[in-house]
Amino acid sequence: MDKVLSVEALSKRYGKGCQHCFALTGPAFDTNICPECGSVVAAHEVSFDLHQGEILGIMGESGSGKSTAVKCLYFDQIPTGGRAVFNDQGESFSLFELNAAQQRRLASRCFGMVYQNPHLGLNFDISAGGNIAERLLMARVDNYADIRRRATSLLERTEVMSERMDELPRNFSGGMQQRVQIAKALAINPPLLLLDEVTTGLDLSVQAAILDLILEIQQQSRTSMIVVTHDLGVIRLLADRTLVMKHGRVVETGLTDQILEDPQHAYTQRLVASAL
Amino acid sequence: MISDSPILRVRDYTKHFELYEQGKRIPSAQSVDLDVFVGRLTALTGATGAGKSTVLKGIYRTYLPTAGRLLYRDRHGREIDLACADEHRVLALRRTEIGFVTQFLRCLPRQATENVVAQPLIQRGVDWHDALDKARELLTAMDLPERLWGISPATFSGGEKQRVNLARGLIAKPRLLLLDEPTASLDPATAERVIELLTTLKREGVGMLAVFHQPYLVERLAEHLVELPSPSWNERPLEEIA
Ligand SMILES: Nc1ncnc2c1ncn2[C@@H]1O[C@H](COP(=O)(O)OP(=O)(O)OP(=O)(O)O)[C@@H](O)[C@H]1O
Ligand SMILES: Nc1ncnc2c1ncn2[C@@H]1O[C@H](COP(=O)(O)OP(=O)(O)OP(=O)(O)O)[C@@H](O)[C@H]1O
Ligand SMILES: [Mg+2]
Ligand SMILES: [Mg+2]
Ligand SMILES: [Zn+2]
Repeated sequence: MDKVLSVEALSKRYGKGCQHCFALTGPAFDTNICPECGSVVAAHEVSFDLHQGEILGIMGESGSGKSTAVKCLYFDQIPTGGRAVFNDQGESFSLFELNAAQQRRLASRCFGMVYQNPHLGLNFDISAGGNIAERLLMARVDNYADIRRRATSLLERTEVMSERMDELPRNFSGGMQQRVQIAKALAINPPLLLLDEVTTGLDLSVQAAILDLILEIQQQSRTSMIVVTHDLGVIRLLADRTLVMKHGRVVETGLTDQILEDPQHAYTQRLVASAL
Repeated sequence: MISDSPILRVRDYTKHFELYEQGKRIPSAQSVDLDVFVGRLTALTGATGAGKSTVLKGIYRTYLPTAGRLLYRDRHGREIDLACADEHRVLALRRTEIGFVTQFLRCLPRQATENVVAQPLIQRGVDWHDALDKARELLTAMDLPERLWGISPATFSGGEKQRVNLARGLIAKPRLLLLDEPTASLDPATAERVIELLTTLKREGVGMLAVFHQPYLVERLAEHLVELPSPSWNERPLEEIA
C-alpha cells in the first residue's frame, strides 16, 4: 500500500511564545496554555502516516488540537514546526515548504476539506451549486454544461435535492449545509479528504446517510481520509486506525478496535468509559 | 490442501488489563500455547472468564498482548508475529487472510443485508455482481428468508443477525478463521447448516480456532482441543505490581 501522507512532529502554537511553551504544557501539566507567556500550544509533535484508501480517525476532547492539525494540513494555519509529505501519482510534496501559490494549487487539485463550521467551508452569498462550481473552476473545469451536470450529480449523491441547487446555503439546515460542503469537497474527486466533525450536531438519520456516503466514497475511489470527531461511534464505524489527542499531544495511536476495546493510556480509558 | 505445519503458533501468550482509573490489573490469559493447522479446527475451551475471547482478540490484535508470541504463517509462507506486527500489515491480513466471527454484528445503519455480507469480497476487489451472487448463495445456505436480504440487519433478531454475521465472516474464505461462539443463538436446524458450511470450509483448507458453547459442536468439528485453566480472579492493585 502506498503512503499518501506522512506527518512528522507537527506543532502549532498560537501566541508570541517563549522558550518554555512546549516543556510546560501537555497532558502531564493538564493544560495547553503556557504558564510563562500564555500562548496556546494547540498541537505539538503530532506524527502519523496515512496510506492509500485508509481512514484515520482523530479523537480527543474539545480543545485537544484536532481541528488545528487538519487546518495546518489544509494550509489554513501556518504550523510552528514539523514536516508533512504528501504523495500523489509519483509526485511528492513537502507541504509546509511550498509557497502560498503552490499550496493553493495543490489544495484545489488534491485536497477536499469539510469544516466543522460550515461558514468556513461554504460561501453563503452564492448558491449551493455555485459553491461547487467555484471549486470546479479552481480545478480548471470551465465548461458551463459540465459544471452544471457535475454539481447536480454531486448534490444527488449527498442527497441534497437538486432543485434546491440554486438556493443560498444560508437558508439550509445544518445537515444540508454539511452535505453541500461534502459535495463541494468531493467535486474534484480528491485523493485526500479531511473531514472535521462531519456528523456532529446532525440528527441520527442524516448522520447515517453521511456515514454511508463516506464509506461508499472510500470504497469506490480509494480516497484516503482523516476523520476528526469526538463521537466514538463514528470512529468505530469509519476509522481503520485512530489517534487520540489531549492538550495538543498524541497520547495513543492504534487500530481502532484496539483503541476502543483495549486502550493503553489512562486518558483513553476514561474517554472510552465515559462514552459507554 | 492439508499440511501438517501449523499456520498459527501461539506461544506463552499472556494478557493483563491495566485499568488505571480503578488502579487494577486484571489477569485475563496466562501463558497460552496452541497451534492451528490448515484444514483443521482447534477448539478453545474453559470456564467463563478463562480468557477464551481474550486469546481470539489477541490474535486479531484487538487486544495488545502483554507477553508472548502469536506466530502466523501467511500465504507466502512468511512468519509474522501478530503481537508486534505493523498496524498496516495487520489491517492487510484482516482484509485478505484472517477472519473473525463473533456473536455480534457490526454494520452501517442503512446497508442492505446482502451488501453487508458481500462487503469482505468487495474490499478484496471482487466484482460487485459476483460478490452479491456469492452473498445470496450463502444467505440461502444459512436459511435467511429472502425478504430480509434487501433491508438492513439493524433490526433483525439475534439469530438472524448471527446468520448474517457468519455469512459475512465466511464469504471471503480466510486462511485463518477465528470463531467466538458463532452459533450461540441459532436453532438446531440452522446450527446444522453452519456445521455443514464449516466442514466444507475445513475441507477447502481453512484453519480455524473456535470457541463453542455447546459441547456437541466441539465433538463434531474439532480436531484439536485446548483447555484454558479456570481464572484465578486475583486482581491486584496496579501499585503492587509495578
Ligand atoms: N486562532 C486561534 N487563536 C488562538 N487559539 C486558538 C485558535 N484556534 C484554536 N485555538 C486554541 O487551540 C486549541 C486547540 O483548538 P482546536 O480547534 O484545534 O481544538 P479541537 O480539538 O478541534 O476542539 P473541538 O473538539 O472543540 O473542535 C484550543 O485551546 C483553542 O482554544
Ligand atoms: N477489554 C477488557 N477490559 C478489561 N478486562 C477484560 C477485557 N476483556 C476481558 N477482560 C477480562 O478478562 C477475563 C477473561 O475474559 P474473556 O472474555 O476472555 O473470557 P472468556 O473465556 O471468553 O469467557 P466467556 O466464556 O464468558 O465468554 C475476564 O476477567 C474479563 O473480565
Ligand atoms: Mg475542532
Ligand atoms: Mg468469551
Ligand atoms: Zn510560553
